[in-house]
Amino acid sequence: MGLEELVPDGILTTTVEKMVNWARRSSIWPATFGLACCAIEMMATTASRYDLARFGAEVFRASPRQADLMIVAGRVSKKMAPVLKRIYDQMPEPKWVISMGACASCGGEFYDYAIVQGVDTVVPVDVYVPGCPPRPEALIYGIMKLQDKIDRMKLKPEAAPAAPGPSSTSA
Amino acid sequence: MPATATASEFKTITINMGPQHPSTHGVLRLIIELDGETVVSLKPVMGYLHTGMEKIMESKTYTKAITVTDRMDYMSPLGNNMAYVGAVEQILGLSIPERARTLRIILLETMRLASHLVWLGTHALDLGAMSVFLYCFREREKLLDLNDMVAGSRMTPSYFRVGGFFNDVPDTFVPAVRKFLAEFPSALAEYQNLLTKNRIWMKRTIGVGVLTAEQAIDLGLTGPSLRGSGVNYDVRKKTPYLGYEKYDFEVPLGRTGDVYDRYVIRIEEMKQSMAILRQALDRLRPGPVRADNPYLFPAPRTDVKRGMEELIYHFKIMSEGFRVPPGDAYFAIEAPKGELGFYVVADGSPKPYRVRVRPPSFIHLQALEPMCVGRMVADVVACIGTIDIVLGEVDR
Repeated sequence: MGLEELVPDGILTTTVEKMVNWARRSSIWPATFGLACCAIEMMATTASRYDLARFGAEVFRASPRQADLMIVAGRVSKKMAPVLKRIYDQMPEPKWVISMGACASCGGEFYDYAIVQGVDTVVPVDVYVPGCPPRPEALIYGIMKLQDKIDRMKLKPEAAPAAPGPSSTSA
Repeated sequence: MPATATASEFKTITINMGPQHPSTHGVLRLIIELDGETVVSLKPVMGYLHTGMEKIMESKTYTKAITVTDRMDYMSPLGNNMAYVGAVEQILGLSIPERARTLRIILLETMRLASHLVWLGTHALDLGAMSVFLYCFREREKLLDLNDMVAGSRMTPSYFRVGGFFNDVPDTFVPAVRKFLAEFPSALAEYQNLLTKNRIWMKRTIGVGVLTAEQAIDLGLTGPSLRGSGVNYDVRKKTPYLGYEKYDFEVPLGRTGDVYDRYVIRIEEMKQSMAILRQALDRLRPGPVRADNPYLFPAPRTDVKRGMEELIYHFKIMSEGFRVPPGDAYFAIEAPKGELGFYVVADGSPKPYRVRVRPPSFIHLQALEPMCVGRMVADVVACIGTIDIVLGEVDR
């Protein structure tokens, strides 16, 4: 039984916003941004047992220009932070960031001179996944949370309390 | 182009590979000078994952520092635990119970299998064989389940303690290892079916990244990378620890020292690990897993609840940690990647004065240039895979 049997004949009505969000959330393409231990768990999430493809997010892209999700998997050193920022900047909009693991989220165990204490000091983070490293189930849950967030996205910024941005600044 | 430019000025081109690159096994950056497609020189740039682990271990008690070691070579965390606690045990002059030793061997060999599986999967993935990766991770999950079973964590178990283990393994552990051993040979045959006689695999690996025995020794290689060149050196045989000398296993050696030889050796090592595992499981007898030393482990829970002395000791061990007399020790193990050594200096306080790691990956990285020079760009990827580096250990 395929999906087509469940869909009634004729026309489906929806809003453009819902359709766009549905398309975006169902095919998240992560950039391969493995740094440390969490990267191996990220690989395990895509591999046989956990199979991230079930959530449409298995197409790991080596080029940030083809990706819309950056999973920061591992500790970010101060030497790596500019590289991370640059890769984030290269990704096309809309883009999201998952901070995977304690180190990426807050420095974790490594409160010292070398590690950036939280990747949110470098790039904006949408979902934090705790754990050291998080289990694949946790990463999948994080991706599902991100999908929920994408579902709630507005195509146009709402009019009333305007978000501070280049278009809403008054001269 | 200025008219004065000569052809030689445009002869070579320098390209940058990494630090964000799918086949650099993490965050390795390479600066490669190319003449056409031929590698003229290759310089690894490290430090993109520098964590200051050796320094941070100085600020933790001997027990807490174990958790830091897990995150160095995260393919075989228990191997790092072993090298570290082995060094501390050596300073203390401690001998650990027989059951703990056998269990450590079992866990270390499962870690070797897990590490080799990640190596095989990613190495094959880099050379274009996607399915091997999926098969390897299927088996690896079963090994991670063992970690999960003993320590509650898949990848960073921190299960070893100075003086043995804090708790014995659960009853389900030994049957689970036996079940794995029953299933694994067929999986291993499957990988070999996919690769060993695969024409593409052979073309990409035979004659690539050749190191002679002299070169390999000069570069300080250890582990399968050294044995691929035919040098018979295995820490488990040369300076046995945990009673490895009582186990019957062979050290596979290569002939030509190319990428293919190192592949064959690692596959063969997995078979030897299985042999060691079987022997260890047969020798496993019930008994204590903690060294008989009241300064390392708290008294049993029932005594802590009844006696004042025991309660005080429990509090002291848990809060302050145990003190290690001044001294230093180097302890090396045959980690999956090569000789992994920890040099620990103690000054009598509950925290190590200095910890220095001799990581195999860091030393293997210098073999990359002699392997790659004169070869094509595509061979660089094969060479990175074959030295089996993990950047968490290179940069620490």
